[in-house]
Amino acid sequence: MELHMSNDTHASSGTRWLLVHTVAVFAFLYLPIAVLIVYSFNGEGVGGFPPHNLTLDWYRMLFADAAIWESVGNSVVVALAAVAIALAFGVLAALALDRAQFPGKALFRRLVLLPLILPGIITGLSLLMLFREADVKLSLLTIVLGHGTALISVATTEVFAGLQKVDRAQEEASLDLGASYWQTFWRVTIPNLQLPIIGAALLIFTLSMDEIAVSFFLIGRDNTLPLEIWGRLRRGITPEINAISTIIFVFSLVAIVIWYRLRVRTEGRPEIAELIEAAVQGGLTHEHES
Amino acid sequence: MFSRAYRAAVTVPPLLWVTVLLLIPYLLMFCYSFWSVSMAQTVVHSWTLDNYRELLRVNVYWQTLFRSMWIAARVMLFSLLLGYPLAYYLSFHAGKRKDLFYQLVIIPLWVSYLVRAYAWKTILGSDGVLNTLLQYVHVTTHPLGFLLYSPFAVVLTLTHIYTPFTILPIYASLEHIPRALVEASHDLGGSPSQTFWRVIFPLSIPGVLAGATFAFVLSLGDFLAPLLLGGPSGIMISNIVVSLFGAAYNWPLGAAISLCMLVLVVGLLFISERLEKKWSFT
Amino acid sequence: MASTTSESTVVTGLTKLATEPLLSIRNIAKHFGKNIVLRDISLDIAEGEFLTILGESGSGKTTLLRIIAGFETANSGQLRMSGERLDRLPPYRRRVNTVFQHYALFPHLTVEQNVAYGLRVAKLSDAEIVSRVEQALSMVKMKEYARSKPAKISGGQQQRVALARALINRPRLLLLDEPLSALDANLRRQMQVELKSLQREVGIAFLFVTHDQEEAMVMSDRIALLRSGELEQVATPREIYRRPATAYTAQFIGHTNLLPADIKDGVARYKSLSWPVQLPDGPALFSLRPENIRLAGISNDPIGDAVRFRGKLRHHAFHGASELLQIEHADGLVLWVRIRSSGGGWHGDLEFEFSPNDAAPVRESQTRD
Repeated sequence: MELHMSNDTHASSGTRWLLVHTVAVFAFLYLPIAVLIVYSFNGEGVGGFPPHNLTLDWYRMLFADAAIWESVGNSVVVALAAVAIALAFGVLAALALDRAQFPGKALFRRLVLLPLILPGIITGLSLLMLFREADVKLSLLTIVLGHGTALISVATTEVFAGLQKVDRAQEEASLDLGASYWQTFWRVTIPNLQLPIIGAALLIFTLSMDEIAVSFFLIGRDNTLPLEIWGRLRRGITPEINAISTIIFVFSLVAIVIWYRLRVRTEGRPEIAELIEAAVQGGLTHEHES
Repeated sequence: MFSRAYRAAVTVPPLLWVTVLLLIPYLLMFCYSFWSVSMAQTVVHSWTLDNYRELLRVNVYWQTLFRSMWIAARVMLFSLLLGYPLAYYLSFHAGKRKDLFYQLVIIPLWVSYLVRAYAWKTILGSDGVLNTLLQYVHVTTHPLGFLLYSPFAVVLTLTHIYTPFTILPIYASLEHIPRALVEASHDLGGSPSQTFWRVIFPLSIPGVLAGATFAFVLSLGDFLAPLLLGGPSGIMISNIVVSLFGAAYNWPLGAAISLCMLVLVVGLLFISERLEKKWSFT
Repeated sequence: MASTTSESTVVTGLTKLATEPLLSIRNIAKHFGKNIVLRDISLDIAEGEFLTILGESGSGKTTLLRIIAGFETANSGQLRMSGERLDRLPPYRRRVNTVFQHYALFPHLTVEQNVAYGLRVAKLSDAEIVSRVEQALSMVKMKEYARSKPAKISGGQQQRVALARALINRPRLLLLDEPLSALDANLRRQMQVELKSLQREVGIAFLFVTHDQEEAMVMSDRIALLRSGELEQVATPREIYRRPATAYTAQFIGHTNLLPADIKDGVARYKSLSWPVQLPDGPALFSLRPENIRLAGISNDPIGDAVRFRGKLRHHAFHGASELLQIEHADGLVLWVRIRSSGGGWHGDLEFEFSPNDAAPVRESQTRD
């Protein structure tokens, strides 16, 4: 919602202080990460100021570290599986919320969104109890189930938002021309949801790669990357961790910028904020009410 | 328009998943909280209120809960203080830099929690960057002990992590304010500061509530930051739960605490939602 | 005899105002990036007058209004209100108030609180605010809705509240940004009348912006026609209709026939038409309103020097009280004629006539950009 406020400024001292505050907060948000990155090249290790003796040793150590790469592999597998599950069920859930009426819809809507706002420990523990009672051994599979469950809400909100923008008339036209519901679904609905789905996939993948709170409780023998790092942290800090953190940061950065560009192409600025609001309000913030 | 088969097809699978993997686990947690643990370290499915009695009786649970709430409250407060002006600047004054700044806000959100908590750990330690820097420029002569392994560290780290979460809903509600209203206020003689307090701020309250709730609730249930940075004085309620599911092995008691947390959180969400509706005009 | 209107009054709109103008706009120009929105606007607004800025979308009319209100800053030029520089002041210090196109009522405040807003920020006493709010609400007949929120009242009612909210501050000038465009036709006509009488009652100058030429004609003391960022003509409705300065004006306001004629020795010729003029030789453009053409030989009131022409009926539209006919002559002459509705049944060759005085010379409009 832009106004032509371009030439018009009462650029008072008030606005200048706001800018100072803004820059300060950005500094607060980014400096720790910057420090982390800088010290990943620091020969003397993790602490001490100023950094000197720049070296790539830690990165070399990192690349030789088999356990880390194994956990990366595990994480990727888990993340891909989580994307598949979250999308499959999330798209359906979004459609159900958008189009169908059924008993318990309100409860369903809140349940789906709950994992977004609940502390991960609750989601993780409740699933742990389920697996215990069902006698399921903890493994990468249980982690996949955990991530999938937690992240369905992300897929649902993104796709639901995308659905609002789909022209209903297109689907009606398709049916009118003789296609079945199933055909219409694949030929018209899904293609229209392409961008939200891709965006959601990217987001879910990234979140799954970083996920630790739920995974903490559902881990079996095999570690995911965050858990591997966590294990090492318990034993002591090494700058190797700085190195892997730097790499994680770079990947996240790239993933998010791509996601953002994708979203901007569809509909102006992406409404991640609505995702959060939706979760907190326990509802989806568009007009469709059950 | 959509056939029953279609509606069933889209509704049943997610409904099933949610029931099996969300609803039932919560119900299980409910049941566990009424069970107990035997000497042999197995869970006994006998119904009892002992766990809740224990919670009410033993002080440490209350103290930790209140400490956790106090930490969460501070995180919420600081996130709001840091986040609101930024959201306001982004929405009303950023102009051409709006896109860039918005991306700068969302990027930290998706950078691993662990990475960021770890970063603070290395910064705040006695040999950490901050201490050595302060000594280097002769502001202090010894390392400051309270920086790490204290509630301070936990509050600082959680504020760092949740400020972007607070910024976004506030930003969203600020964006929803029609700019014509700001112009109308100016037109009627309202100075920029009067316009802010009389028009902009009231209309942004839903976003503030959403952000505050988010920061508070997630901080309350956090266990990773206290584990990494909290030390003995920074233990939060979730850490107790974690140990009950780990070394201290008392799942039912842990479930009881978790259930209390769940009820507390859901209650807060409910209140927040009501308040937001009340303050929602556009 | 036809004659031209003087150019200076057309271009600058600085027509004969008897007293010191309320608002004096001088050489205002505005561009957004490469887009030039206002070129060189100079205009005087008199105390208590109802002046309408009329123009198509993209003409710059809303931008001009916003510059006067203070929401935009002109790139060059000056605004003076009673001698003092207005453009140096921020909007909240100008004695100017605006009625916004979509009303911009504060959704979180009641009708009463909305109307009181300007007085509250001016920190008037509670007692005075209460009494003035009551008075303002009565004036727009919205007293019973004082405690309602804007979301609960209709569009027309919101508009009245917006009016009251602006007028209660006793501005020297009220700006109205297409306030009636969101209303349906009947309500619109009603509001036009109400607004006009309200303006007479409070005696404040109204600067009204619209794209609807009928609306402008009905309500205004004067009309300023804006085209592509420049003033095309500034005159009373009657004058702008009878003596349009340019072809654009003639066509924008009401219907007209544009006749590109050639003048030689005091006679203007266009196809088979010719009529006497007092203008120098050369090409010239004339505007002839359809209602000034009538069927020949019917009236008892003859036109001196009547110009006659014949043609067949090509097209015919029934407008209730009148009918609009398109008449075509063999040599390609096509004219629109408006006559009072009759039984109809036109066939064969018809003969029409008009007075040379009704062929008003107009300038060709310059293309811009």
